[in-house]
Amino acid sequence: MARLTIDNLRKAFAGTVAVDDFSLDVADGELVCLLGPSGSGKSTVLRMIGGFEQPSSGAIRIDGQDVTRLSPERRPTGMVFQSHALWSHMNVFNNIAFGLKLRRLSRAEIRDKVEHALELVGLAGYGTRQTFQLSGGQQQRVALARSLVLEPKILLLDEPFASLDQHLRERLREEVRDIQQRLGITTLFVTHGQDEALAMADRIVVLRNGQCEQADAPDVVYRNPQTQFVAGFIGQMNFISASVEGGRFLHPDFMLPVNVPDGPAVLAVRPEALDLASAQADQGAIVLRSTDFGSHIMVDLQLRDGTRLKAMTAPDQRWQKRASVHLNVGQFALYRDNHLLTIGQPVGGSEQAPEVEPALSV
Amino acid sequence: MIAGFSTTSGRFDWTGFIFAILLAIVIAVPLLVVFTWAFTEVWRYPSVIPQKFGLRFWDQTLSRADVWEALSISLRLSATVTFLSALICLPAAYAFARMKFPGRDLFFLSFLASHAFPKFGLLVAIASIFLQLNLIATFWGVVLIQLVGTLMLMIWIPVAAFQAVDRRMEEAARDVGAGPLRVFWSITLPQAFPTIFAAVLLTFVSTFYETEGAWLIGAPQIRTMPVLMINFINNQVVIQYGAVLSVILWVPSFIALMFARRVIGTGAFAKGFGA
Ligand SMILES: Nc1ncnc2c1ncn2[C@@H]1O[C@H](COP(=O)(O)OP(=O)(O)OP(=O)(O)O)[C@@H](O)[C@H]1O
Ligand SMILES: [Mg+2]
Repeated sequence: MARLTIDNLRKAFAGTVAVDDFSLDVADGELVCLLGPSGSGKSTVLRMIGGFEQPSSGAIRIDGQDVTRLSPERRPTGMVFQSHALWSHMNVFNNIAFGLKLRRLSRAEIRDKVEHALELVGLAGYGTRQTFQLSGGQQQRVALARSLVLEPKILLLDEPFASLDQHLRERLREEVRDIQQRLGITTLFVTHGQDEALAMADRIVVLRNGQCEQADAPDVVYRNPQTQFVAGFIGQMNFISASVEGGRFLHPDFMLPVNVPDGPAVLAVRPEALDLASAQADQGAIVLRSTDFGSHIMVDLQLRDGTRLKAMTAPDQRWQKRASVHLNVGQFALYRDNHLLTIGQPVGGSEQAPEVEPALSV
Repeated sequence: MIAGFSTTSGRFDWTGFIFAILLAIVIAVPLLVVFTWAFTEVWRYPSVIPQKFGLRFWDQTLSRADVWEALSISLRLSATVTFLSALICLPAAYAFARMKFPGRDLFFLSFLASHAFPKFGLLVAIASIFLQLNLIATFWGVVLIQLVGTLMLMIWIPVAAFQAVDRRMEEAARDVGAGPLRVFWSITLPQAFPTIFAAVLLTFVSTFYETEGAWLIGAPQIRTMPVLMINFINNQVVIQYGAVLSVILWVPSFIALMFARRVIGTGAFAKGFGA
């Protein structure tokens, strides 16, 4: 239905810069997740799009029309607040009908639309309830219906499920995704939960200190994190600090041939990209603990320089506590000053996992 | 107190019970005595109950023109003062609660300052000003003086009420297309209503019973019910006149309370004072 363009958005509050030079292009019908730690500016971005906060500079366009200076009631956006913000002096029906009444629709039309919206969120027949007679999840759904009934061009969701339990959250997430797909509404979704983002988003935008670190499809963000911050923020990640000398990443416990300039570097490896092999005592890493998750086993390791790692292994592999193991590094990424140096398999790695030679020096 | 009764889970709540008994003694017994006196024709010491009941003093009181005149003046005064007070204070309270402007805190304090000094001194000072303005012994003079007395209540409570309204609710209303005025009318005001209504009610009742200002500025032309009652008590030793007037004076309180219960319910009423 609509295309959202954000150009060099910036918002400074007294003392802090909440959003800094943020640009984003959201295609028609796309669902974009804003992900980032607390205080990274997610809500501020959303509130600026909704019109509740005036940008210090930059522009917001919807379908090419500049809405930067429009007040919220004139924008074709619909926002669902984290605290749901239902009007407690109105019943469910009137909560949803309020916006329609402002548009001077006929009574019959309003009734039809409200009932349809209630059906859409799975609350048919709840119209006469007072808001305090609803569970938390139902309240969130009413808030969603209240926005959806007006058929906004852009739907803005600010952590709508934050206060709900895991189970309900997953169900509502599916429902929202479902409705969003069916209606094809361009949607911005703020969340703390990375699995929420990975499950729902067409694209994930990772924010940090008000700036965009990366904006890509979930699998790209997961597999090719462009900064060390993103690598650590999405999914589990092991970081190993050492230095690159002469085309080799040198760590006391192992080395890895890499094709980057010399200097300090941080190696990032996912637990599932670490393979373990038995080693002689006093060599390689030491197993601290292994936890059985049924589908896989998570092994906690410690390198000789104190670095802690996690490795994910097949459930049939058992590692004794304090056993010594060699690490076989699969897919990895190398960062320097938060920026990506290189990403990929160890050189020469093909079918079988490449053997990593134990380091010569200890 | 209400919670004291409802939270008992099987076990008898002695604290609540004793509390209720004490309250009953303090409030109900004097009321009962006055009420009894109003319907008494003869009641001599040491009898516990009156020797003769009757409506003689009601007849005598209600047949007096000055009583009806005073009642009418009192009602008109209270209504006018409450209306004006609401007209002035509610927008001001909203401004204090929601807007930022220079001198806001100082201004807010000045509203409350009228109650920070000994009241009678202030009244005398105002009276001397009114004398020059020819406002003494006029209806509007009394309105003005009583208005000053209501400002604190009508500012303080509504400010708290407006501040307690969730901003997100207002933003959500803007989001679905309501302009600022519409948001105030459809969201903010209804949300704050129970508390504001309590403030209006308190203002009405307290104005109705106000005596100092009414007497100082209004006498002798403008005589309100309480002022009249004081006159009765001062001039005649017949207790019944005072008692009958007291009972009549309760009427607005009772009507107000009934009305309050119907409109907002006990829960919301308590909330208005608590949170
Ligand atoms: N009204 C305000 N006045 C001053 N500073 C503000 C205001 N709103 C937000 N900030 C600051 O702006 C920064 C970004 O806030 P924002 O609410 O956008 O974070 P967020 O990413 O939504 O965090 P969370 O995940 O905790 O909700 C924070 O440092 C915050 O302190
Ligand atoms: Mg937030």
